[in-house]
Amino acid sequence: MTDQSIALDELEHDALTELVNIGVSRAAVNLRKMVGEQVLLSVPSVEVVTRQHAVTLIRERENDDLIAVRQDFDGVFSGRALLIFPETNSLALVKAVTHDMLSDEEALAMEDEALAETGNIVLNGCLATMANMLQKSLNMSLPEVIRGGGKILFELDSRPMPEGVVLFLYINFTINERDIRGYIAMLMDVPSLGTLKMLIGEFIARIVGGGGTT
Amino acid sequence: MDITVLVVDDSKLARIVMGKAITALQPDWTRLEASNADEAMTVVDGRKIDVILLDFNMPGKDGLTLAEELRARFPAMPIAIATANVQDEVVARARAAALSFIAKPVTEDGLRGFLSGAALRLRSAAE
Repeated sequence: MTDQSIALDELEHDALTELVNIGVSRAAVNLRKMVGEQVLLSVPSVEVVTRQHAVTLIRERENDDLIAVRQDFDGVFSGRALLIFPETNSLALVKAVTHDMLSDEEALAMEDEALAETGNIVLNGCLATMANMLQKSLNMSLPEVIRGGGKILFELDSRPMPEGVVLFLYINFTINERDIRGYIAMLMDVPSLGTLKMLIGEFIARIVGGGGTT
Repeated sequence: MDITVLVVDDSKLARIVMGKAITALQPDWTRLEASNADEAMTVVDGRKIDVILLDFNMPGKDGLTLAEELRARFPAMPIAIATANVQDEVVARARAAALSFIAKPVTEDGLRGFLSGAALRLRSAAE
């Protein structure tokens, strides 16, 4: 039931994957600086799916309760970026970003604050890189920590269109030294997707083009 | 001398961009492409390759692991890894395997240093 007009062709899909790859790579460099250990990344997956299917994609991988840092963005295109991991990894991440200087109680006390800041740095790094490459600026909301299942994470509350189609990007990350793993996910609404398709077209023309004449 | 460069990247767009930059900087070089590590190995087994440019994050075997294997077979070949992922561990592995770094997104300017260095090394080795 995907609207054909917003489907990405092979090269556009390729360009978007590459944009995400570069954005997430830079975000991983930031995260590595915070935790002091190497962050391993998977190859990004980019799909146009229903919102429901996006929830299922995360659920299939995760039975545990999830915790996420969420930032909404808007500008020429809008959507939501999430740093997601199993709730059981949460304190390990807080301890990692505070370089093991906190006790369990202290880590628990500042859990949300530390997660929000980590999410902010990772997600901003990713989105800012993508926005720069597309030569458009994006406004980012403040980070918010949320807990629950995939459904809560992916509902774009202002738009009541549960059956709507979204662009769903995700990438796994692991910090082996710390037994931490999670995902960076991004969700974009279909009206934005049309704009994104246009921006990607311009991006491709810019980097491939060079005018064609030499 | 004839120089053949192999570009290994799963992204067709990235291969186009790198190919264009190589053509602009070294128009006489022969360009070959592979979209993953297995294809790259097939190309390398089949003919003489002088210079290799690799993407880091690819499905299957990643570019850094592939580069380390290539380095074991070709101790003196100019090999570069293209990535935005400049974490300390990645940089350390690349250094240990004597790889050059190229920042992604790849531009002509970003490639210039590596390609001219490679051209010089190949020329002096041939003499």
